[in-house]
Amino acid sequence: MSTAAEAGTLPAPEPYPNTEDAPFWAGTAEGRLMLPRCARCATVIWYPRQFCSECSGQEVEWFEASGRGTIYARTVVHRAQGPWGPAAPYVIAYVELEEGPRILTNIIGVDPDTVEVGQEVRAVFVEAGAQKIVRFTR
Amino acid sequence: MSIRGKACMAGIFEHPGRELPDKTTAQIHAESAAGALADAGLSFSDVDGYFCAGDAPGFGPLSMADYMGLSCSYVDSTEMGGSTYVAHVGHAASAIAMGKCRVALITLGGKPRTGGQGPGGAGRIGAAPESNFEGQWGIPGAVGGYALAASRHMYEFGTTSEQLAEIKVAASIHAQYNPNAFLRKVVSVQEVLDSPMVSSPLRRMDCCVVTDGGGALVVVAPEVAAQLSRPKVKVLGHGEAPKHTNNGRIDLTHSGAVWSGPRAFSEAGVSHADIDYASIYDSFTITVLMTLEDLGFCEKGKGGEFVSDGALVSPGGKLPFNTDGGGLCNNHPTNRGGITKVIEAVRQLRGEAHPEVQVPDCQIALAHGTGGSLGTRMGSATLILGQEDS
Repeated sequence: MSTAAEAGTLPAPEPYPNTEDAPFWAGTAEGRLMLPRCARCATVIWYPRQFCSECSGQEVEWFEASGRGTIYARTVVHRAQGPWGPAAPYVIAYVELEEGPRILTNIIGVDPDTVEVGQEVRAVFVEAGAQKIVRFTR
Repeated sequence: MSIRGKACMAGIFEHPGRELPDKTTAQIHAESAAGALADAGLSFSDVDGYFCAGDAPGFGPLSMADYMGLSCSYVDSTEMGGSTYVAHVGHAASAIAMGKCRVALITLGGKPRTGGQGPGGAGRIGAAPESNFEGQWGIPGAVGGYALAASRHMYEFGTTSEQLAEIKVAASIHAQYNPNAFLRKVVSVQEVLDSPMVSSPLRRMDCCVVTDGGGALVVVAPEVAAQLSRPKVKVLGHGEAPKHTNNGRIDLTHSGAVWSGPRAFSEAGVSHADIDYASIYDSFTITVLMTLEDLGFCEKGKGGEFVSDGALVSPGGKLPFNTDGGGLCNNHPTNRGGITKVIEAVRQLRGEAHPEVQVPDCQIALAHGTGGSLGTRMGSATLILGQEDS
């Protein structure tokens, strides 16, 4: 039997965009992974916000990322609560983007037990209420 | 300027309850306070400093000082997750050294087992700025973040599930002697490996227990301690450090103990070889393994080798740890184990641990707290305590 993670039918809680991260969500709605970069020191910022923790700059510019990355860490969740319970097993991972940040996400569309640290993955955009969130697949 | 020798641990109390459906959270705080003050031979009217964390009911120290009728010249509600209470001892010692207070009371109470509030108290962090980027992935309570850290540690250093299991086995050997321990059965490495997978690579027996309960500590000025009859324990040094996601460049292979540890050792003026006993926060087995490395008891990446062959078992192991059974077996009151780490360290220094697990001639002890998530943002706090003549 195919898992929810393989079928791509994991729960997808809707995010609530705020004034700092709205361009990120505008991007995902169009299937684009937009990231903020510090206008002063060019550091790529994660999680998306209008503050650079490297240089304290408070102006950012947005650019489109490649959507490619490598798995930095992963866990296969077997016991979960609420709507996630019946979805188990599923994979939570840190994906290191080509642009630098390591971001939390799910790995979908593959057998959870075959997901390993070091594998290359690419972004996919999944409906979450009125928004789209970024998950990854091999 | 340091806190070395400027304050003493005068009273401790671990709430005996593990299921407390008929008590309020404030009541558990107050009962714990009463127990610790009685242990010290002091009363509520002696208290002039009060410490609680962000999970205390209502307005934290304001509501609790009202409930208990405290008249305080110093309060602190520093919030560092489960490590909070270790840090509070350092803060209390600092406040005492600076003359801000003379009798500091630190309390914890909560009901995650019977009160209907799950681990982590999710309600409080709903509006956190990172929630849009961490709330979508089905992270199962605390275990998910620690599992991610364990995954990376295994990838970089070859750490194994068998090595993690050794930590649970050592805790269970100690817990059999603790009549209040939630889990008193001694388990084997194989039993840990056979327990159900929760969030790989962590299994059920890699996880701490969920228990109601509480605890309290009393820290006093030396001139107060001199008038008290219980064995004196000195605060020698403390260090604390938050660790965060570092703008998306998180390094999952270490905790904030890499910073809190050296600060505590430096202030105490002691070395690793001087530590006779260590209370190491054990929310999960990986928490212990990484903390031992980060504190410098072994090289980074060699924690797995270090914990093998009974190194943590008391007495006789290289570094006896968590002789009450720790969070893995005894107690993890309201999902915050820092306070029980300090309590067992004081018991060891007083010579009042269970005779089967008492470290002979225990002169110097370390207590370390880990709060928040090893997978995202966390607090580390290290405390070094010594006997009266240390």
